[in-house]
Amino acid sequence: MTVSPPPASRPSTTYVEAIREGILEEMERDDRVFLLGEDVGVYGGAFKVSEGLLARFGEERVLDTPLSETAIVGAAVGAALMGMRPVAEMQFADFFSCAFDMITNFAAKSRYRTGAGVPLVVRGPSGGGVHGGPFHSQNPEAYFAHTPGLKIVQPATAADAKGLIKAAIRDEDPVLFFEHKYLYRRVRDVLPEGDHVVPIGQAAVRRAGRDLSILTYGAMVWTALDAAATLESEGIDAEIVDLRTLLPLDEETIFASVGRTGKAIVLHEATRTGGIGAEIAARLAERCFESLDAPIVRVTAPDTPVPFSPPLEEAFLPNAEKLCKAARALAGY
Amino acid sequence: MPELTRQQRIVLYRHMRTTRLVEEKLVALYRQGKVVGGLYRCLGQEATAVGSAFALSRGDILGPLIRNLGSVLVMGFTPRDVFAQHMGKASSPSGGKDGNLHLGRPEQGVVSAISMLGALIPVMAGVALAARMQRRNLVAMTYIGDGGTSTGPFHEGMNFAGAQRLPLVVVAENNGWAYSTPLRKQTAAKSLADRAAAYGIPAESVDGNDVLAVFEASARAVDRARAGAGPTLVEAITYRMKGHAEHDNQEYVPKQELEAWIRRDPIEAYARELGESGLVGREELAAIDREISAEVEHQADLADKDPYPAAERALEGVYAAAPITPRVAARERS
Repeated sequence: MTVSPPPASRPSTTYVEAIREGILEEMERDDRVFLLGEDVGVYGGAFKVSEGLLARFGEERVLDTPLSETAIVGAAVGAALMGMRPVAEMQFADFFSCAFDMITNFAAKSRYRTGAGVPLVVRGPSGGGVHGGPFHSQNPEAYFAHTPGLKIVQPATAADAKGLIKAAIRDEDPVLFFEHKYLYRRVRDVLPEGDHVVPIGQAAVRRAGRDLSILTYGAMVWTALDAAATLESEGIDAEIVDLRTLLPLDEETIFASVGRTGKAIVLHEATRTGGIGAEIAARLAERCFESLDAPIVRVTAPDTPVPFSPPLEEAFLPNAEKLCKAARALAGY
Repeated sequence: MPELTRQQRIVLYRHMRTTRLVEEKLVALYRQGKVVGGLYRCLGQEATAVGSAFALSRGDILGPLIRNLGSVLVMGFTPRDVFAQHMGKASSPSGGKDGNLHLGRPEQGVVSAISMLGALIPVMAGVALAARMQRRNLVAMTYIGDGGTSTGPFHEGMNFAGAQRLPLVVVAENNGWAYSTPLRKQTAAKSLADRAAAYGIPAESVDGNDVLAVFEASARAVDRARAGAGPTLVEAITYRMKGHAEHDNQEYVPKQELEAWIRRDPIEAYARELGESGLVGREELAAIDREISAEVEHQADLADKDPYPAAERALEGVYAAAPITPRVAARERS
């Protein structure tokens, strides 16, 4: 895990603080913005994302709800139809599935069916590496990437966490915001000053390289940076694209990177079959076939639930070692 | 609540009769192959839909289900809207993107249902929540069938509305059947009204075929909601006099039971009541019927002549911004 260097002058902000700062700024800027979810008020959220917001904005705008994901997202849909800008927290991203109908059938299809947009954010912590087991570690983004009408983002850095939550809140369409829980207190940035908004739909090249492209997102961006340092010492120059937005994909940046390197690894922590990597591989095959000098490689979790015990979870999760092995084979193709 | 005027009582009749005649015309269009997909009727349930929606005021918000044709007419949708929607025409409220009574116009105070039953309850709770935050003294009303009360979203929405004391009225239409499943297989609860106790919500059961009784119970619930006293469940006991949809000949329904309910036709009962009370004479009602019939024919004709949506519309409207189109590849095939 690479951590951004601490700043000399201004203080740095963690990923979790950055999300909070983004939400707070949007709540101050726009009184239509409100939070709702389980334990988001008095307790400040299970991971303390909304800590302090109740005291600042009051219980009408930081609403503690029943343990009821369908009611939380359903109420957010209704409020959005009324012109509000709800930000709904799912305590873990695993529980997005409890509100599947509200997300995929109500929110996502409303504009298309009726012309009435549903500008809401559903956010929550995803990902493994903290021994959360099968129901507190999942990366469910691919379930939702199959749904036209949704947007899906997952920041890897603290700066993006702030910039993307602000963009998500301002977006006219429903946005699913996946926060990687492993990053909450492990990565930090000196945040850009002023109204820092990161546009949805734009990937970022985290490391320029000539030999192969690693297309990834979330905590795996840091895994890729670790691997790239090792690979560099072996003479392999990897480019790292942080997708940031998973729906819609930034094809321009993805295709440009693979167009330059001719080799692509798609890396994600989510399981393999039907994952975001499968979609990217398909698009590369369709649109960049003649740029490719080797088969597209996927480095992902295997097709199993997320196991609980540390050695099992370690075997499950992609890591720098597994990525380096794949990259060496691809570089030598 | 103020006594209904003669004029209002006639309006109730007109909405119910319009519902019936629009539906009869839809059946004719269905048989001509002009209705796209299925046709879900509300024969026998007109009083529940009309009486409940009539209790709302301007600015209130309604979330109708598929057997609430009368409610959407009360909210100002026209027969032409309904015909165009069923025929998949460009002029339909959904622009041909959705069918049957899945119609909504936020500016007209109507939120469109999805087919997953129960889903409207939490959504309409959210409408009520937003209204309270916006300091708008409005009431949200929606419906659920007897089958729909078995769903998770129904429970989650009712519980949320109760916990938040939201200005929400839920009209539970107990029409005896969820497709072919009778109420006794749906729940061990004795009535749908009984379900409300679990959420700390007051409830009452009312004769769903008596439009004035439905109106009065709904108006009491609306008044409570507007006064800040929270949600109410109104169970309207009625009967689905047709199958689940037009393809379903409802063989599973006991003949005697159906015949007993046919004798309790809500529109005929109300017409008798208007006549016997001396409020509206038979001739006046007959004249109203003729006028509505002509208007329904006219509006069906307009919808029939409306064009279908252009094929390229299929790709539009998924997102607020322009549709997402593939961008140029890094290196195009030469």
